[in-house]
Amino acid sequence: MDGVAAEPLIELDSVEKVFTVRRRAGRLRRTRHEVRAVDGLTFQVPRGEMVGYIGPNGAGKSTTIKMLTGILVPSGGRLRVAGIDPSLQRARLARRIGVVFGQRTTLWWDLPLKDSYELVRRMYRVPAAVFRANLDRCIELLDLAPLLDVPVRQLSLGQRMRGDITAALLHDPDVLYLDEPTIGLDVVSKAKVRSFLRETNAERGTTVLLTTHDLTDIEQLCHRVMVIDHGRLVFDGDLAGLRAAADGERTLVVDLAEELPPIEGVPGARTVKVEGPRQWLAFPAERSAAPLVTAIAARYPLVDLAVREPDIEALIAELYAGGGAARRDPGGADPAAPDPLRP
Amino acid sequence: MLYMAVAAGSFRRYATYRAATAAGIVTNTVFGFIIAYAYLALWDQRPHLGGYGPAQALTFVWAGQALLAVAMIATGGLSELQERIRSGDVAVDLYRPADLQLWWLAADLGRAGIQLFGRGVAPMAVGALAFPLALPGDPLTWGWFLLSALLGVVVSFALRYLVALSTFWLLDSSGLAMISGLSCMFFSGMVLPLRVFPDGLSDLAQLLPWAALLQVPADVLIGARTGGALLRGLAFQAAWAVALLALGRLLQSAATRKVVVHGG
Repeated sequence: MDGVAAEPLIELDSVEKVFTVRRRAGRLRRTRHEVRAVDGLTFQVPRGEMVGYIGPNGAGKSTTIKMLTGILVPSGGRLRVAGIDPSLQRARLARRIGVVFGQRTTLWWDLPLKDSYELVRRMYRVPAAVFRANLDRCIELLDLAPLLDVPVRQLSLGQRMRGDITAALLHDPDVLYLDEPTIGLDVVSKAKVRSFLRETNAERGTTVLLTTHDLTDIEQLCHRVMVIDHGRLVFDGDLAGLRAAADGERTLVVDLAEELPPIEGVPGARTVKVEGPRQWLAFPAERSAAPLVTAIAARYPLVDLAVREPDIEALIAELYAGGGAARRDPGGADPAAPDPLRP
Repeated sequence: MLYMAVAAGSFRRYATYRAATAAGIVTNTVFGFIIAYAYLALWDQRPHLGGYGPAQALTFVWAGQALLAVAMIATGGLSELQERIRSGDVAVDLYRPADLQLWWLAADLGRAGIQLFGRGVAPMAVGALAFPLALPGDPLTWGWFLLSALLGVVVSFALRYLVALSTFWLLDSSGLAMISGLSCMFFSGMVLPLRVFPDGLSDLAQLLPWAALLQVPADVLIGARTGGALLRGLAFQAAWAVALLALGRLLQSAATRKVVVHGG
C-alpha cells in the first residue's frame, strides 16, 4: 500500500450488529431468533485508499455501510469514520461522506437533474465556487451537460447513476461509499463510471469503499479487497493474495503438434481437459508455470501455450464455500486468528 | 434556505402534473354541484341548520371542495413516504444532513401551494358563479382564511406524517391510512358541517384535530368566526399543529433509533 502509516479514516473494532427476528411457532406463539448480521468486524481503511468490499447476498455488506453512515446503530464494538461516531453524530458525519446506492436514487424524481444539485448545494451548504467547480468537473468527465435539464425519471439507468455519483461528490466528501455502483449498467457506462472513480480517487484523495458483485470493478479499481461472509471478514488483502488464499488454480493451455493421450507425469499439474491437439493442465496459482513448460516441452511436441489466470468469480465462490477455512493464507497464519490478513 | 428550496421544488414538481390537476378541478366542481344541491334541499327543510343560512351553507360546500386537495382531507397518509419506508429508500433520506419531518413538511406545503391555485381557486370560482355564496367582501377576512387554511394544512400534514411513520413498524400502513382518511372526511366537516351534528357529538368533533382542516377555515371564510372566536379558532389550530408535530418528532426519533431500514 502506498499510504504508509496514513491515519485510518474508517476504523472498525469488533463491530457487531445483531437483529432479533421473530418467527411464527404455532398459532399465536412467536419465537425470537438472533441474527448476527455483522459479527466481530475489525478493519481499518487509511485516507485515500480505494477498497473493494465484497461478499455474497446477506453477508453483511449493506449492514456495514448502514452502520458507517449512522443509519444503523451497532450492537457492539467501536466504529469511527473521520473520528466521528456515526450513529451519535449522524448529521455532522453526513457532511463528510457521500453515498451512492446503485439500486436507490438520491435525485428528485420529477424535477430536472440540475434542481437536485441545487438542493444538494443548500443541504450541504456548499460554497458557490466549490459547488460550481465540482459540478463542472463532473459534467465534463461524466458527460452530464445534455442531461441537466432532463427530469430524472426520464434518464436511463446509466445516466441516472452518473447523476447520482455527481450528487454524492458535490460537497467534497472525505469518504465515498458506493453500494453496487455499476449494477445493471452497460459496458460503456461501466467503463465511464470506473474511470471517473479512479480519477476522483487519484486527484482528490477521496477514500472509497466499494461494494459490488461485479469483480471487474474490483480488478480495475481496488488494490485492496475485503471479503465478508456471515458477518465476518474472511479475507483482507490484494487480489493476488485472494487468488492464493482461495487455493485457486491457474490453467496451462498447451497446443501439441498432434492429438495425443492426456499428458501425464508432470509434477504439480494434472490434465483436466483434452480437445484434439489442445490440452488443459491445472496447477496451483502460486506456483510458477516455467518448470511445467520445461517438463512438457522436453517430452511432448509443444507448438504453442498460454497461461490462464483463475476466474475470480470461482475464487470467491470457493472462499464463500470454504468459510473459515479459506482464511488460511499462504504464509500459514493461524486459521483461527480473527485478525485480517494483509499480505 | 434548504426547506424553502424543498417547498419550491415540490411546488414546481406538482405544477408539472397538469392533466391530474385539470381532472381534479373537474371532479371537485362536479362534487361541489352535487353536494350544493343536497345542502339546498336540506336547508330548505331546516333553515338555519347549525346556525348557517343557505348562502353560508353553500359557501361551506365550496370551501370544502377548494380545501379537499389542498389540505388532503380524504387522504390518511403520505403515500410517497410510506412507499419509501416500505422499500427502504428512506435510508437515502436518513443519512442526509436534513431533518426528515421538516423536509416532508416543506414538500407538503409546496404541494398545497400549487393545489391552492389549481384545485382550490377554480372550483370556488365556478361555485361563486353558479350559486349565491356568502363570500367576504373585505381582504382582511380573506387573509385570515388563508392563514387558517395554512394552519389546517400543517395539522393535516402532522396527522399524515404520523400515519406514514407507522410504516416503520407496520410495514403496510395503508389500512391505517384508510381509517385515518375516513375519520378525516367525517370529523373535518366534509360530510356535514360539524355544527350541524347533535350537541354532544358536535362539541366533541370540534375539539378533535380534524376540525382544524375544514370546519375552522370555512367558518372564518363565511364570517361565522370573528373577533375572539376567530383568534380562538386560530389558536386551536396552532395548538394541534404544535402538539401533533411534536408527537411526530418523538415517533421519528423512535423510528430512526430502533427500526431497521428494510431491504438490502
